Amino acid sequence: MSQTLAPALPTASRQPNFGTLARNLFIAVVLTYPFLDLAFGWQALLAFIPMMLMITLAMGLNIVVGYAGLLDLGYAAFYAIGAYAAAFFTSPVSPLNAILPDSPFFWMQDFWVAMLLAVLVAGLAGALLGAPTLRLRGDYLALVTLGFGEIVPRLVKNLEPWTKGVKGMNPIGRPYLFDCTFGVDPCTIFGTQYKLGMIPYYYVTLAIGALSIFLIIRLRNSRLGRAWAAIRDDEIAAQGMGVNPVTTKLWAFALGASFSGATGAIFGAYLQTISPDQFEYSTSVIVLCMVILGGTGNVWGVMFGGLLIQSFDRIFAERLTGWVHKFGAATGVPAVATLLSNFDLLRSRLFIFGLCLVLLMALRPQGLLPARKRRESALIDETEEEANARHDAAVAQAGGPQ
Amino acid sequence: MAGFEFLLQQLVTGIANGMLITLIAIGYTLVYGIIEMINFAHGDVFMLGAFSALTFLQLVGAQAVRRVRNVDQAPSPETYLWLVLAMILAMVFCAALNVMIERFAYRRLRRGGRMAPLISAIGVSFMLQNVGLYWKGASPVNFPRFIPQIDLVKEIGIDSFVRFTTKDLFVIVVTVPLVIALTVFIQRTKLGKAMRATAQDRDAAQLMGIDINRTIALTFLLGGALAGAAGLVSGLYNNTANFQMGFSYGLNSFTAAVLGGIGNLNGAMLGGVFIGVLAALSDGYIDPRWTPVVIFGTLNLVLILRPTGILGQESAERA
Amino acid sequence: MTAQGAGVVLDVTGLTKQFGGLTAVDAVDFRVQERQICSLIGPNGAGKTTFFNMVAGQYEPTSGDVIFDGRSLRGLRPHQITARGIGRTFQNIRLFTNETLLENVLVGMHSRLRSSPVAALLRLPSQRREEAEAHARAMDLLKLVRLDRFADESAGNLPYGMQRRLEMARALASQPKLLLLDEPTAGMNPQETLAMTTLIRKVRDDFGVAVLLIEHDMQVVMDLSERVTVLNYGQKIAEGTPREVQRNDQVIEAYLGRRHKRPEDEVAGAHA
Repeated sequence: MSQTLAPALPTASRQPNFGTLARNLFIAVVLTYPFLDLAFGWQALLAFIPMMLMITLAMGLNIVVGYAGLLDLGYAAFYAIGAYAAAFFTSPVSPLNAILPDSPFFWMQDFWVAMLLAVLVAGLAGALLGAPTLRLRGDYLALVTLGFGEIVPRLVKNLEPWTKGVKGMNPIGRPYLFDCTFGVDPCTIFGTQYKLGMIPYYYVTLAIGALSIFLIIRLRNSRLGRAWAAIRDDEIAAQGMGVNPVTTKLWAFALGASFSGATGAIFGAYLQTISPDQFEYSTSVIVLCMVILGGTGNVWGVMFGGLLIQSFDRIFAERLTGWVHKFGAATGVPAVATLLSNFDLLRSRLFIFGLCLVLLMALRPQGLLPARKRRESALIDETEEEANARHDAAVAQAGGPQ
Repeated sequence: MAGFEFLLQQLVTGIANGMLITLIAIGYTLVYGIIEMINFAHGDVFMLGAFSALTFLQLVGAQAVRRVRNVDQAPSPETYLWLVLAMILAMVFCAALNVMIERFAYRRLRRGGRMAPLISAIGVSFMLQNVGLYWKGASPVNFPRFIPQIDLVKEIGIDSFVRFTTKDLFVIVVTVPLVIALTVFIQRTKLGKAMRATAQDRDAAQLMGIDINRTIALTFLLGGALAGAAGLVSGLYNNTANFQMGFSYGLNSFTAAVLGGIGNLNGAMLGGVFIGVLAALSDGYIDPRWTPVVIFGTLNLVLILRPTGILGQESAERA
Repeated sequence: MTAQGAGVVLDVTGLTKQFGGLTAVDAVDFRVQERQICSLIGPNGAGKTTFFNMVAGQYEPTSGDVIFDGRSLRGLRPHQITARGIGRTFQNIRLFTNETLLENVLVGMHSRLRSSPVAALLRLPSQRREEAEAHARAMDLLKLVRLDRFADESAGNLPYGMQRRLEMARALASQPKLLLLDEPTAGMNPQETLAMTTLIRKVRDDFGVAVLLIEHDMQVVMDLSERVTVLNYGQKIAEGTPREVQRNDQVIEAYLGRRHKRPEDEVAGAHA
């Protein structure tokens, strides 16, 4: 049989030059965006920073949901833990501020140290939550994570002496590079003063995002990454191949959560204030939407899905609404103008995200850019139906699975 | 003296609230029992039930329904008629809505594992919440008082700190017959038998000539109808409604359903009352701010330690 | 038959599994020698797969013990048993269908690779070396089952016969001392069956593993096995060389029902 089969296509020829060009262009635009934004007056820089943070967050969630196949509905909890951990070490309103500066641990107030601590704390929280849930079936696991996601913001609200409750923590320590403190103008770089505004945040966010992608791809192509895929596809077979489901899932929870720890730290510093309502259920679900829309398990898919949802959420929904209102006013017909002035995409965002999820599940459950396209190939000389029919016959003959 | 009466008072509130939770929990338990799916949108169906009843009462309100001015004033007989109509309307509306949701968002995902329907249901839940937001706005709306709040304990001549009002009675008088009617329907009728058969083994039921699609639709219909009734009852009991109440009530109810052993009607009632009482005790003895933490903590503990529920009759696990 | 002096790889004593009131496997004693090919046969529902699942750790035995390579497997989880040196395939093929063939085999090596996630994140030299060696070894195994040219294909795209071969390669990747094959030729056509039989023998010869297989195709059993054990209703009813088992009255009865002296039962002969 194997003689009739054509050799597999070499990998290189699958990538047309156009794709490489588009990719390079994309990278160039991303690298120079703050200056393009300034030059063309797009005024979207402040939307891009949280956008990239959310996409990085989705990358972390993708480890749990996409790679390991564990549905997590409370991911924002780890984001909150990361943000609050960083604020806890660096904020002047934190109770730690009373003791840290004069203690041998004063260096923990440094932003970058605090960020690493936030990564550790979030990762630890991920493992601690993961541990008792490993035996649970998928949908029950989803509910437990949801419950956890509800508990964390409420704990933050209620533990006022430590977290400042609903008021939130503010201000928060800022990241810095050399003598330049991010977000504080003028910024001194090598003795020269610049007015940079939020541009440093753009680049630090970009760097964290790029580093995350880099690390996640390494993980995916490692022993652990393969174990995740195996557990997701078939847990029993994976165990039969020597994969320990407990440690494999725990790593997914811990590593997934640790990415949100870094993101949370930057997010808090960028906004300079964090409060419990930023980390509620809807945040978890929107991040989940990004993962599912783009294609669970594919880093580039998640990035694409994140870009779609976030650019809609932070840029287009608002502008489209404005355009529609203007269009209504321009028609000159009062009835049309009133009707269109009621149009508000931002108010309908829940509906649109919800509809996206429903349609995706119905039409394309693997997402827009699935992890691995099931390539149609000439190699296979038996259709799936034939193979299945033969398999069924075999099982029936054997008396069914026991 | 006051300590014991305070406890009794919390129990009364808890039981009334628990009955409400039961009505919603039944919708979860029925659906999970038959297709092993967490119908995440169920709480939001309940929320829309409350909204539809409220809209109806507001529409007819001007002419026919006289709201209760004083808390202890008995409403006119026509009011009861309109309330019954409102309840029927909410039940029909939610039943139809739930059947439609099943038809369009869940049916085709039935064979595709557990995750796809759950995610689809989360999507539907978001959509319904947004509908609620458009319908009644972002802030809580006032649900007019139609049910008087006469303290029955005082009426029968006992002087006590504990109040058991006509409102509490109203919740019990509406919910208990509904639950009994549903139980009888499922135990005694042919359709109920078809539901139980489908829950036990869908393929075998199909081979026996049961129309699976219709049976599952019927399950959603019944669950939706009860959610609609719960919507009205909740509005009349709490005198407030908001577009996010489906989420919290939904989670409380799902917890109740799991606690009672999912798929088990009596369990749903037991779990509902348990959760209602737990919430009331937490409100009374700890702090209302901590109640959600207590409830979600319970949810997680139950799911982790006892996923088959306290009654533990029906194992949700399938080999 | 293999030499009598050869060591015992698998020594099962009094293995029993009860599901509620049903005894699926009833006090079975069983041995596999090094480099031996053994078959487990029996009518449907005889407890063969249950027996397999107990050896592989999927089920906890109600009583009895499994000694593998001189040590008891009691209380071990399936992945630990794989690490000890038992590889397996499944009755209804369980590949990781979304992954490539290469990745499937690499997952099979899981228990033989050592690199930690931290080493992978930092891509330490030791980790890179290990990965390179693993890839090379995985390709060798794919070559062995003649699937190397599809290494980057999704496993789910493979036709049935190839999936069985891939499962075999994946099981071998864990460097087992004992290979459990659950109906390796089920659903195959005669050529594929022949190829699989050849492959199993080759694997035994080249890798020096012992093979225990469940099989319904009597031709395969008779061709391949050095020793055959027959289960019926959870009990071992016969054991011996293929010839001995073939002539055993109890075995014939188990497969064909109680013998009556009625002419239509003479079909029996044809079947055996």
